Amino acid sequence: MNAHRQKFLAEPERYEFEAAPIHQFALDRRDFFKLLGAGIAVFAITKDALAAQETAPGPRSFHGEELPKDISAWLHVGEDGSVTGFTGKAEIGQNIRTSLAQTIADELRVPFESVRMVMADTSLTPFDAGTFGSRTTPTMTPQLRRVASAARDLLVGAAAKEWNVPPEGLRAADAKVTDPASGRSLRYAELVRGKTLAQNLPAEDPVTPATEWTVAGKAIPKVDGRAFVTGRHQYTSDLHPEGTLHGKVLRPPSFGATLISYDDTAAKSMPGVVIVRDGNFVAAAAPTAAAAQKALDAIRAQWKEVPQISNREIFSYLKQNAEAKSEDRFRKQKGSVEEGLANAAHRVDATYTVAYIAHAPLEPRAAVAQWEDSKLTVWTGTQRPFAVRDDLADIFHVPEGSVRVIVPDTGSAYGGKHTSDAAIEAARLARAAGRRPVKVVWTREEEFTWAYFRPAGVIEVKSGIAADGTLTAWEFHNYHSGMSAIETPYVVANQHTEYHQVPLILRCGSYRGLAATANHFARETHMDALARAAGMDPLDFRMKNLSDARLRAVIAAAAKSFGWPRKKSRPGQGFGIAAGFEKGSYVATCAEVAVDGSSGAVRVVKLVEAFECGAIVNPDGLRNQVVGAMIQGLGGALFEAIEFENGRINNAHFSSYRVPRFRDVPDIEAILLDRKDIPSAGAGETPIMAVAPAIGNAIFDASGIRLNGLPLVPNGLHTI
Amino acid sequence: MATPIELEVNGKRYPVSYPADTPLLYVLRDELGLTGSKYGCGEGLCGACTVLIAGTPRRSCQFPVSAAVGKPITTIEGLEKDGKLHPVQQAFLDAGAFQCAFCTSGMIMSSVGLLQSNSNPSQTEIVQSMQGNICRCGTHPRIVEAVRQAARMMQEHGR
Repeated sequence: MNAHRQKFLAEPERYEFEAAPIHQFALDRRDFFKLLGAGIAVFAITKDALAAQETAPGPRSFHGEELPKDISAWLHVGEDGSVTGFTGKAEIGQNIRTSLAQTIADELRVPFESVRMVMADTSLTPFDAGTFGSRTTPTMTPQLRRVASAARDLLVGAAAKEWNVPPEGLRAADAKVTDPASGRSLRYAELVRGKTLAQNLPAEDPVTPATEWTVAGKAIPKVDGRAFVTGRHQYTSDLHPEGTLHGKVLRPPSFGATLISYDDTAAKSMPGVVIVRDGNFVAAAAPTAAAAQKALDAIRAQWKEVPQISNREIFSYLKQNAEAKSEDRFRKQKGSVEEGLANAAHRVDATYTVAYIAHAPLEPRAAVAQWEDSKLTVWTGTQRPFAVRDDLADIFHVPEGSVRVIVPDTGSAYGGKHTSDAAIEAARLARAAGRRPVKVVWTREEEFTWAYFRPAGVIEVKSGIAADGTLTAWEFHNYHSGMSAIETPYVVANQHTEYHQVPLILRCGSYRGLAATANHFARETHMDALARAAGMDPLDFRMKNLSDARLRAVIAAAAKSFGWPRKKSRPGQGFGIAAGFEKGSYVATCAEVAVDGSSGAVRVVKLVEAFECGAIVNPDGLRNQVVGAMIQGLGGALFEAIEFENGRINNAHFSSYRVPRFRDVPDIEAILLDRKDIPSAGAGETPIMAVAPAIGNAIFDASGIRLNGLPLVPNGLHTI
Repeated sequence: MATPIELEVNGKRYPVSYPADTPLLYVLRDELGLTGSKYGCGEGLCGACTVLIAGTPRRSCQFPVSAAVGKPITTIEGLEKDGKLHPVQQAFLDAGAFQCAFCTSGMIMSSVGLLQSNSNPSQTEIVQSMQGNICRCGTHPRIVEAVRQAARMMQEHGR
């Protein structure tokens, strides 16, 4: 098992991950050049594969050989000087199409405009486990940088050969190789002409340090921005290949219901309608979505339902149904919590809860599927195209090579588009529709009901501090929500952290930041309560118990900009702070709230967040991600919660499931610390983690009311 | 029953045949191939389907096709003129006011509608008028900034 898989297993709250990925790819070298024309191509092999090839180190040419497995990225420089980077990662709004192209341009020494990215197409791009876990920047960026660096070496070598000079003295810049001694130069386009030269990556080539970046590190606008402001970009739901039918699925009345009687006589008689019944799966395809819906409405189906628990009893249920004994890997211990508690001057114990929430991506799940004989092509908005391909191959009993999954740049995901649902539904209908493509676009209600949720959870904390505010004991149990960022970053001699699994109730899985948001909410709220018990300022209390220099730096930066500690200038005003790190990036958030004493309304007035993820690749894209995470975090912090009962979602609409809107957005300041000496980490998740506890702590500061559940104030402060 | 009607979209006339209560959005997307207007909720609650009908921003997913007859309809596809972006489009581009951009068409159409009725809106007026448009990526501050920039551009160019 490679390190990536181990890493995923270490995040058990990715409940939606089931099948192990099968490393394979469809394109051989001959196809590659047929597709792209002559030129040079460089392939990056993942470290794990290199380790396995230790007996044959060094560069290998590709003449006549099959491409090795475990290739993670590749790059092509064409005869017209165009550069194409290939990656299995998907663009879902996080702007990696731009930042990855910047990286290639930077390392290959070509203008940004000459680089094009081909992404997330299982027939054209290397295998990739998926676009999640803030992994694109720390893993894919260096790999593309290495292939670009190797391609540059090849080009320099070609020029050296042409001029019969040693390559060491030559210089690559502006898409050409120059010989400073003679002043002559050759453009890359000239150097690759007539060649079909391929090389796999020898090893970890030296890459350009962040201090010397010229294209990376710059605020380059989103690639294809014009296609988005003109409406020209086609998302999956906008595709309409010739002859496309619209598909609709007959949803059961509740989760887990089974079909006990079924009559589709009337529906089947409708012209142009395709009906599929396969077990509990019932669906219709027709020339229009309205006709497909009409056909479904004409089907008489009876379902057997099963009683299920509701959101009102979920937290006691989670506690009572936890696995009796957690696995060793879910538990960490150091010192003796008992002793630490016994020696404490103050003890604070508390229980925290987090509700199920929905991703609610604005583009609902969608897929277009088309069969041509036994070959299946599916366009779908997913974060895991290769997993979708494997699911489809399994379900339809065809080889993976017969399935092609293509991901158009997608209308957001936030961890919610890891599964194959819409793709499977469209493909199942298309199988019955001959060669006609079938498009399935989920309704908003389906999206709120049949997707998966961020898991609910219960977190119990016991803790003690000495009279001077030093932490003496820390015991932290997370039930169900997950173990991301479960460990405290503070220095505590005696600690015990443990994640307790609970069998799934609602279908749930990854959500931006995973359980780091829940665990940070509990920990940073608890730290605030401890600071109050110690009679210390919450910032001073944190700093006193913290040695991590990067975390201290973001806290100091946020506090400075916010003006911490601030004096209250009016009633109902309150200030809170929270901080933490996860996946190689660091965050601190300060919040100001205003609580209306008579109505109980809570308004977040200001958020200041400092964020550090190593060397910044694109400050403009990063700022969008950080501010975006802060605003998205407002929803889960203040009011988002899925309401459910007897296998039904009771608030499956934007009218009853409240997401942040313009009026909810406070004055926001994001401070980006650029650490050019530290490798770039991802930034899609960590900036969301400290928002909720910072706001909760500010509400306490304003009102004296300690809120230990997310969402904090779905109905204002007085109705808690 | 499908009824033959004529729609005027982006200055062009289209004969279509649809039941009177069909939401305009589906006619635009599925019949006319104008997929810039998005389905986000089908309930008029997210604004992704916003178009201008006789100059007023409307949720096309809630607007019966029959009610659009005889009124000029402008969609996102109709804003660009002779290869030149509308100032609101240009401002969104300049401000980088999108992430996944699925909300962008609706945001732009709502902004165009706002600026037609109020050429110099305050921050509060922008927020009020965009309240019905959802952006799940959290790009709100840049969208507000883009509307302000667009207002400036339009005043400077006397549009």
